[in-house]
Amino acid sequence: MGRITLDKVKKAFGEVEVIPPLDLTIEDGEFVVFVGPSGCGKSTLLRLIAGLEDVSGGQIRIDGQDATHAPPSKRGLAMVFQSYALYPHMSVRKNIAFPMKMAGVPQEEQNRKIDAAAKALNLTDYLERRPGQLSGGQRQRVAIGRAIVREPAAFLFDEPLSNLDAALRVGMRLEISELHERLKTTMIYVTHDQVEAMTMADKIVVLRAGVIEQVGSPLELYRTPRNLFVAGFIGSPKMNLIQGQEAKKYSAGTIGIRPEHCLLSTDSGTWEGTVVVSEHLGSDTFLYVDLKDHGTVTVRGNGEVSLHHGDRVFITPDMEKLHRFDDKGLRMP
Amino acid sequence: MARVVTPAQKSINTAAAWVVALIIFFPILWTFLTSFKPEEVAVASPPVFVGFDWTMQNYHDVIAQRGYGSYFWNSVVISVGSTVLGMIIAIPAAWAMAFVHGKRTKDLLMWMLSTKMMPAAGVLVPIYLMGKSLGLIDTRFMLMIVLMLMNLPIIVWMLYTYFREIPGDILEAARMDGANLMSEILYVLTPMAIPGIASTLLLNVILAWNESFWTLNLTTFQAAPLTKFIAGFSSPQGLFYGKLSAASVMAIVPIMVIGWFSQKQLVRGLTFGAVK
Ligand SMILES: Nc1ncnc2c1ncn2[C@@H]1O[C@H](COP(=O)(O)OP(=O)(O)O)[C@@H](O)[C@H]1O
Ligand SMILES: [Mg+2]
Repeated sequence: MGRITLDKVKKAFGEVEVIPPLDLTIEDGEFVVFVGPSGCGKSTLLRLIAGLEDVSGGQIRIDGQDATHAPPSKRGLAMVFQSYALYPHMSVRKNIAFPMKMAGVPQEEQNRKIDAAAKALNLTDYLERRPGQLSGGQRQRVAIGRAIVREPAAFLFDEPLSNLDAALRVGMRLEISELHERLKTTMIYVTHDQVEAMTMADKIVVLRAGVIEQVGSPLELYRTPRNLFVAGFIGSPKMNLIQGQEAKKYSAGTIGIRPEHCLLSTDSGTWEGTVVVSEHLGSDTFLYVDLKDHGTVTVRGNGEVSLHHGDRVFITPDMEKLHRFDDKGLRMP
Repeated sequence: MARVVTPAQKSINTAAAWVVALIIFFPILWTFLTSFKPEEVAVASPPVFVGFDWTMQNYHDVIAQRGYGSYFWNSVVISVGSTVLGMIIAIPAAWAMAFVHGKRTKDLLMWMLSTKMMPAAGVLVPIYLMGKSLGLIDTRFMLMIVLMLMNLPIIVWMLYTYFREIPGDILEAARMDGANLMSEILYVLTPMAIPGIASTLLLNVILAWNESFWTLNLTTFQAAPLTKFIAGFSSPQGLFYGKLSAASVMAIVPIMVIGWFSQKQLVRGLTFGAVK
C-alpha cells in the first residue's frame, strides 16, 4: 500500500518560502510525475515526502499514518537519486543487499531477492563489480534494484534519467514504466522534462515556484491547461500564444493554438506570414512562421512539406482546439 | 604551456633541492652520529663527524640503566589511546559539521581551532590541579585524555574536510535504505572516508607521540613516555650528549618507521581534498 497525503505542507529555508502550504493526494499504485522548471521546488517536495527535509508546517500521511516527523528510515519509501548515490565501496551485490541488511532480512532471502532483481534488471553478470566499473545505465539499474528489493510503499525518483544520454534515456523510461506495470507500486517521479511527464505519468503535478498550477492526467493537461503557464509548459513544441488585437477577436487576453492544430496552406488561410526556419525531422516538419502582426508561431506540417526561408504561407487554426485565456492568464471556458 | 627546462637548469634545481634537504635532515643526522660516539667525542668542539670510534655503549647504557621499555610502552599507549578516543568523538562531530550544516558551523569550527592558538602553559595550573584532585597525575589515562583534548580540534578539522568531499546523496541514500545514524556512520561514511581517517589517525599518533609539554609536566615516572626519557638525559650536570642522542634516536625511530611505511597513505590522505 502506498497512499500519500500532503496536508497544507510547507517548507521554508530560513526566510525563503520555497513551498507555500500545499495539498496533494497520491493514490495507491499511481504513477505521479512532478514537473516544472528548474528551481521550482520539485526536489524539495520529494525530499519532504522522503523525510530528508523537515516540513515547516502541515502534515504528511502515508497510508493514513502520520509520518510528518518520522525519519526517512521509518517511512518505508525507496528513493532513486539523480546521481544514483550508490555506495562506491560496496559491490553491486552489497549495494542491493544494503536495505535488506538494515532491515535484518535473513541471508537466504536476501540472496533470493538479489538474484531476482539482478535478473529483472540485467545485472546478473555484474553483481561482483563495484559501481565505479559500471556504465551510467547500469548504475541506474543498480539504484533501481536497491530500491525494489525492500518492497517499499512507494518509489521516489528524482530526475533519475538526466545523467544518461538521449538514447539510453528512452530505454530507461520504458523500463521504469514497465516496472510500474509489473509492481503496481506507487511511484513519484520528479523531472523538468515534460516529455517524460507526458509519457510516463498517470497523473501530472505541474509546479511553479512551489505552487501547484494544475493536477491531472497527461491528456487533461494537454487538452485543457488551466492557465498560460501549464499551456506553455506541456506539449512540445510549445503552444503558440498570441496576444493583442487578434486575441480580442475571441474576446480573450491571450489565445493559444498548438503547432499540431494549425492547417498550413500556400494560397489561403486565417493568418498570413513568411517562413523563417523550417526543420525537417522526417516524420514531421516544423515551420517557424513570422506572422506580420502577431509575432512568430510554430506550425507542424507533415514530413513532405517543402517550404523554405522566405516562402509565403497561410495558417488556419483549428477552432475546436483553440485555447482562450483571460487577462490574468486563466483558462476561459 | 609546458615549461622548457634546460639540462643546466635541471641540475641547478636538483642541487638546490639536495642542499635544502640536507639542511633539514642535518640535525637528525648529527643526532644519529652522536649517538654512536663515546661521550668525550660527543662533546668535542668543533664537532667530529668522521673518523671517531663507533660504539654501541650509549645504547647499551640507555637501555640497561633507564628502562627504555616502560617509556616506550607508555608512549604507545598514550599516543594510540588518545588518538582512538579522539576519533570516537571526532567522527560524529565532523559528521555533524559536514552534513548537518547550521548557520554557526563555520564559527564553531573556527572557535575550536582558535583554542589551539592558546599557549598550553596558560591552562597548565588548572589542569594540573584538576588532575591532582582526581588522583590522576602521572597516569596514562590522564595523558590520554589531555592529549586527546589538545588534538581534538585538529582531528575534527581534518575529518571535516575529508567528509565534505563525500557526496551527501550517498548518506541520504543510506537513510532511505533504512540505516539509522549509527549504521550510516559505520557502514557508509567511515568506509568511504578511510583514506582521510587513516591519515588523521597517523598524524595524531605522530603528534601525540612527539608531544612534550603535557607529558613532561603531568608525569613523573609511572606514566612517563619517551619524551620524558629523553629529557632525563639533558641535565646540565653531566656529559650526556651521547646518551641523549641515543635516547632521541630510539624515541624517533619507531615513529619514523611508521611514517615511512605509511607515506603513501599519509600523502594521499593529506591531499584527499585536492585530487578529485
Ligand atoms: N538546502 C537548501 N537551502 C536553501 N535553499 C534551498 C535548499 N534546497 C533548495 N533550496 C532552494 O529551493 C528552491 C527549490 O529547489 P529544488 O527543490 O531543488 O528545485 P528543483 O528540484 O525543482 O529544481 C530553489 O530556489 C533552491 O535554491
Ligand atoms: Mg531537483
